[in-house]
Amino acid sequence: MTLTDLITRAGHGRIGDSAPRPDGMIKAQGTFAFSSDLPIAGAVWGATLRSPHPYARIVSIDTSRALAIPGVSAVLTADDVPGQPTYGLITADQPVFARDHVRYVGEPVAAVAADHPETCRRALDAIDVTYEVLTPLLDPEAAIAGTAEAIHPDGNILRHQVIRCGDVDATGDVVVEGTYEIGMQDQAFLGLEAAVAIPDDDGQGVELHIATQWLHEDRKQIAACLGLPPERVRLVLAGVGGAFGAREDISLQVHTCLLALRVGRPVRVCYSRAESFLGHVHRHPAKIWMRHHATRDGRIVNLEARFVFDGGAYASTSAAVLLNAITQAQGPYKCPNAYVEGWAVRTNHLPCGAMRGFGVVQACFAHESQMDKLAAACGLDPVEIRLRNAMETGDRLITGQVVESVAPVARCIRETAALPMPATPVGVAPDAPGRVDPLRLPGGAGLTADTGHVRRGVGYGAAIKNLMYSEGFDDYSTARCILADGVATLKFATAEVGQGFVTIAQQIARTVLGVEVVTLDTIDTQIGSAGSTSASRQTWMSGGAVDAACRAVRERLFEHVAERHGIDPLRLAIDGTDVVDTMGDLRIPVAEASAGVRFDETVEFHHRPTEALDENGQGNCHTAFAFVAHRAVVDVDPELGLVKVVQVATAQDVGRALNPLSVLGQIEGGIAQGLGLAVMEEIIQIDGRIRNASFTDYLLPTFLDMPDVVATLVEEPDPQAPLGAKGVGEPPCISVTPAIVAAIRDALRQHDGVGKPLERIPVRPSDIAL
Amino acid sequence: MNETYHLHVNGTRYEVADAWLGESLLYVLRERLGLYAAKGACEQGECGSCSVLVDGELVCSCLVLAASAVDVPITTVEGLAEPGSPTDVQRAFVDAGAVQCGFCTPGLVMAAHALLERNPNPTETQIREELSGNLCRCTGYGRLVAAVQQVAVERGRRSS
Repeated sequence: MTLTDLITRAGHGRIGDSAPRPDGMIKAQGTFAFSSDLPIAGAVWGATLRSPHPYARIVSIDTSRALAIPGVSAVLTADDVPGQPTYGLITADQPVFARDHVRYVGEPVAAVAADHPETCRRALDAIDVTYEVLTPLLDPEAAIAGTAEAIHPDGNILRHQVIRCGDVDATGDVVVEGTYEIGMQDQAFLGLEAAVAIPDDDGQGVELHIATQWLHEDRKQIAACLGLPPERVRLVLAGVGGAFGAREDISLQVHTCLLALRVGRPVRVCYSRAESFLGHVHRHPAKIWMRHHATRDGRIVNLEARFVFDGGAYASTSAAVLLNAITQAQGPYKCPNAYVEGWAVRTNHLPCGAMRGFGVVQACFAHESQMDKLAAACGLDPVEIRLRNAMETGDRLITGQVVESVAPVARCIRETAALPMPATPVGVAPDAPGRVDPLRLPGGAGLTADTGHVRRGVGYGAAIKNLMYSEGFDDYSTARCILADGVATLKFATAEVGQGFVTIAQQIARTVLGVEVVTLDTIDTQIGSAGSTSASRQTWMSGGAVDAACRAVRERLFEHVAERHGIDPLRLAIDGTDVVDTMGDLRIPVAEASAGVRFDETVEFHHRPTEALDENGQGNCHTAFAFVAHRAVVDVDPELGLVKVVQVATAQDVGRALNPLSVLGQIEGGIAQGLGLAVMEEIIQIDGRIRNASFTDYLLPTFLDMPDVVATLVEEPDPQAPLGAKGVGEPPCISVTPAIVAAIRDALRQHDGVGKPLERIPVRPSDIAL
Repeated sequence: MNETYHLHVNGTRYEVADAWLGESLLYVLRERLGLYAAKGACEQGECGSCSVLVDGELVCSCLVLAASAVDVPITTVEGLAEPGSPTDVQRAFVDAGAVQCGFCTPGLVMAAHALLERNPNPTETQIREELSGNLCRCTGYGRLVAAVQQVAVERGRRSS
């Protein structure tokens, strides 16, 4: 049975039901306010001046012409930052405004406030900046070799980490090797960066309405740069139009607050699409060399690998992204010996950081390409080679960490392989049988492909993905639950970015407390941190916090009922919407039992501690893991280099599906992003300049590019997870990319008996046809 | 150059006073008339988030100068239905799981209504082709296709 068959009803909106989103209808009716949709009386517009050079020294900045334009109320530069001049998620190495040097095209240099966006544009044009243009560092290998001058006082190496595991010299009868390249991907959320900052009357504080992934971390960084105590900086989550990692770092937050404090009026900033490409971090472009040693029957003996991640101009989360990549270099497979070296380096490219999959996407393309080479070298099929090496619970990572998570890798692979193949031949839609529709052919509306030339290929991929934060970071979450008169109210600072935590939170409260009505308080910094909406962590962490807060309230409710009826509270339980005595006849509706009382509990939920890696890359650095497998069926026109992904099948280890419809949404959405990376999405930089900062030139999958998705869930509740549920956001976008590329390789092999290695993604038509 | 002109939006005549004539219809709808349902996400007609009807035609309002849309009826998502009384398309979007972050949703609601007006019984490929001017980054489009199919079936059932 596929997932689509499982989604039948919203039920009572409890755990396991496909409850509808509480914000769904206001989004469909257009009344949900995103961070770009917040008009406020007296507000002026803000805008940002950005560097046109990848690397240059700022000789002088003259703002006088801009300030003289009627309607312009402020022009700010580095001189106007009252607090810490830099910010950053791990290391504060990125200037609020460039002072001495600009280090990438798009680096903020100044900001203006004015009465109209058009006035802002003219003011930006009127700021005179004199640059001494310098030779940019664009080659990561030059950064590693130390042949390039340091382009930042912190140096050019963001992280260097080695992992030594077992016998690093172990060899196998079969050796396969490859060098894989991954292009720079953009998160391309639709809701552009936007914010409103409202200064306090005394000018000593500010309220920021912002689309972000982590309110409290933003507040910490903003307050430091503003030179204000954190309690004078209040953040409110405005509607978030997607995130995918791109809202984890600071973009317009500090600028907007600085402008508001300077002009003493509310300030709105809304990025354009072109500016958005410059304004947030991207998925790291990477070069990964791997050599696998295996026995003749295909069992991995040793893994040698070298990872080079181009972090761009500033540190962001490069160190953590690299850690994820190298510590999961083995993929979801047993691997007794390994030597892995990882580098994340600084260049004058666009800064890179978090994007869905966070380092594992790059590693997975390499290890899965290798598994197919290994399969070919051993005469095994792609499914068999993966099954032979499939990791199980209790196996060790190359870091020495024992995988304690439920690890149903073999089951994911088997169930993926067992899902139905496309029912119709090349170019034929399932609901219009017997007729070739050109729109279903590679190249689609271009009407160029000919069915006679098209080959259909099949490819597989499998992945491991760590959940939550790593290396000793205590990424807790906080939730408050109030029960009064049969209504539960939840308060948390968890960023709802579209993933549906607001739905899950209500489902948890309904299940634990037996209530029907669950109201959600404003998501803001007026409660403790929820940590970031990233690393597939919020269902586990904030779900755990909401669950714990609701349980604490339920205990109070049971004590209250028990006292009134003279029984032991331990005998009480929730059954549907009633409190029941499990050893007697008592049954009272929760609404009645909580009438006239108010229980109010706040709980912090922490996951188990993790630790840093030692100098040999050994240590229990991760919290938990999820697994997934994908199969792609792809039609390829080998002569034209055109690709049509026909179907993607997947079995995903979810622990327990709290909302199957929501899980399916994550699966289909993740597959779309993985497909984009496989065949179309790449930020092109030439000489340090982005060449495709628009949706005309940066290609995103459309309705017509998306294949049929056939999904099934592997539900083996994880005992470590508070609700048995693993994070489901990232795995869908990880192994689908190598599966699609493997399917293209398969089609090309059928075409000429040889095929092509296709070791770089995205695969371009020229890679196929030439 | 600033001027005053009038727009007919969702059955109401609005005066746009002393406005720069370079403003797009999207900007004027949002920032001058306070109708924020249409969204801006690409400024070049690639993503469809700003889709509205101008004289019955589905257009990207970011590509239309507001001052050129005078004397014709304009319909935005706000004009489709009152809050709390959703259209069948809006209801299906929510029920089918077609809404995640929701930024593309108003534009897709407009496009889906326009599609079903033109073609009450579209095939899956027709749905994909006709809506391919609207980008969604969250859903992978599967639930959106399901929602449109659901409306087509429901309307067919009602009319037969």
